[in-house]
Amino acid sequence: MVILETKHLTHTYSVGTPFARDAINDVSISVHQGEILGIIGHTGSGKSTLIQHLNGLFRPTLGQVLLKGKDIWADPKAIRNIRFQVGMVFQYPEYQLFEETVSKDISFGPRNMGLPEDEIEERIHTAARFAGLKEELLDKSPFDLSGGEKRRAAIAGVIAMDPEVLILDEPAAGLDPKGRDDLLEQIGLYHEERKNTVLMVSHSMEDTARISDRVLVMNQGRAAMLAPTAEVFGRGAELQQMGLQVPQVTRVFMELRRMGYPIRDDIYTLEQAQAEFLRVLKGGAAK
Amino acid sequence: MIKDITLGQFFPGTSKIHRMDPRVKLALTFFLIIFIFVADTVAATALTVAAVLVLIKLTRVPFQMYIRGLKAILLIVLFTSVLNIFYVRTGHVLLEWGILRITVDGVLRSICIAVRIAIMILLSSVLTYTTSPTDLTTAMERLIKPLKALHVPVHEIAMMMTIALRFVPTLLEETDKITSAQKARGADLESGSVIQRMKAMIPILIPLFVSAFRRAYELAMAMECRCYNGGDHRTTMKQLKLRPLDIWAMVISGIFGVGVILCNFIPPHM
Repeated sequence: MVILETKHLTHTYSVGTPFARDAINDVSISVHQGEILGIIGHTGSGKSTLIQHLNGLFRPTLGQVLLKGKDIWADPKAIRNIRFQVGMVFQYPEYQLFEETVSKDISFGPRNMGLPEDEIEERIHTAARFAGLKEELLDKSPFDLSGGEKRRAAIAGVIAMDPEVLILDEPAAGLDPKGRDDLLEQIGLYHEERKNTVLMVSHSMEDTARISDRVLVMNQGRAAMLAPTAEVFGRGAELQQMGLQVPQVTRVFMELRRMGYPIRDDIYTLEQAQAEFLRVLKGGAAK
Repeated sequence: MIKDITLGQFFPGTSKIHRMDPRVKLALTFFLIIFIFVADTVAATALTVAAVLVLIKLTRVPFQMYIRGLKAILLIVLFTSVLNIFYVRTGHVLLEWGILRITVDGVLRSICIAVRIAIMILLSSVLTYTTSPTDLTTAMERLIKPLKALHVPVHEIAMMMTIALRFVPTLLEETDKITSAQKARGADLESGSVIQRMKAMIPILIPLFVSAFRRAYELAMAMECRCYNGGDHRTTMKQLKLRPLDIWAMVISGIFGVGVILCNFIPPHM
């Protein structure tokens, strides 16, 4: 089932001035209910502009954004309700923390939704658990937390609104490898338990390959590909032309195959790599 | 909304005005502004208007940019000139209604005020549109250097101005980002009473202040790491030199000043 859809979405910056330029051009995509969609693209390819349309922060110059089949701009006054249903975690979200305590900051979204106090309280704890934030940090000032903890607190602030679609812009940027792994795992767990839809923008092909069901590739303001993860990373040459890469492990397998080993080259995670090596070592033939 | 602010905007170019020594530009701007207020006859005011239009033409910056700068202060101009129409009570009466009285003197006066403010804004636009902020602060530093004898920390003041100008776009961008992030969490900035709207600014202002302090701290650290210590015996990368162009500009400005004074003897007064 399609939950979120764009139709011929175009956004032009500085309309009516000599500086006018299209940030995204005629983008028509559909996001399925319950999937994890990875979004990749070169810097300036229009990823950020696209996702800011999906929760009504930007208004399309042309085209439509449909949430569950309804145009989100049908009633401009109700746009806040759209933002509660499509949660957005910006890049470096820790810079938006402002309250005296972490729990108060997490409650900002639910409170704007007008929820009753006891439900807000419950949401704070659920969101903190999903974001992997320790309970004892809830009463601390967000400014006393470490970098990784701040990031988790900020993500919890969006999860607390319990959005049906969660959009994350580079959630792991600037974290150490362990923090990165933990965060991705946490997102996976959250998705598994809530069964909601997750969109993740990332510069890391490895991260994208690891958690995405499908991948959207943006190039020069257009949706260049939207296909299952294996299919997208199977088109390495095209990706390279767009200034992107396939995951490192895929490159190893492509090279091995080029050198004549009877091996598959549609491998994009370490788990698949391990299985494929074992299969070849046991003497299986390439598909 | 935020992108419309033209404060300190600079349009790089190679016109004669662009190539002038920033010190001369700054000093002459002050000089010309003084003469706008010296001019108090129709002839003298016409002369200042003509001079500024010629200057604008020389900068080769699109005229719309100047118009945009004027639009921002349109309200102030209208307000002061309308007030002046009723304030002046001498001269031939055109219209009288209760305590309100409009006279020829009053109308002339209000036109004069409107023109003066407009010309002043245009002149400062000529300066900021053609001079990079760095050049401007260097010029300022040079011009107030004599105050050093009075123990005024001239270099430090100039450095503070450079840093402040440098961070204007950065902080604007930051404000945009934080606003989007809080809107995504349902912050309502567009409706409610004045007090509610002011309260709604808190989630934006606090992160903004925190980030400004963080940036200040980081910049201070970076400067200390490079052993920065004030202005003594410091040379500049760009040496400022007076060239024939600047001498000509000064001479022409001087002639303009004399012209304004002479025109002031030609009635009618404004």
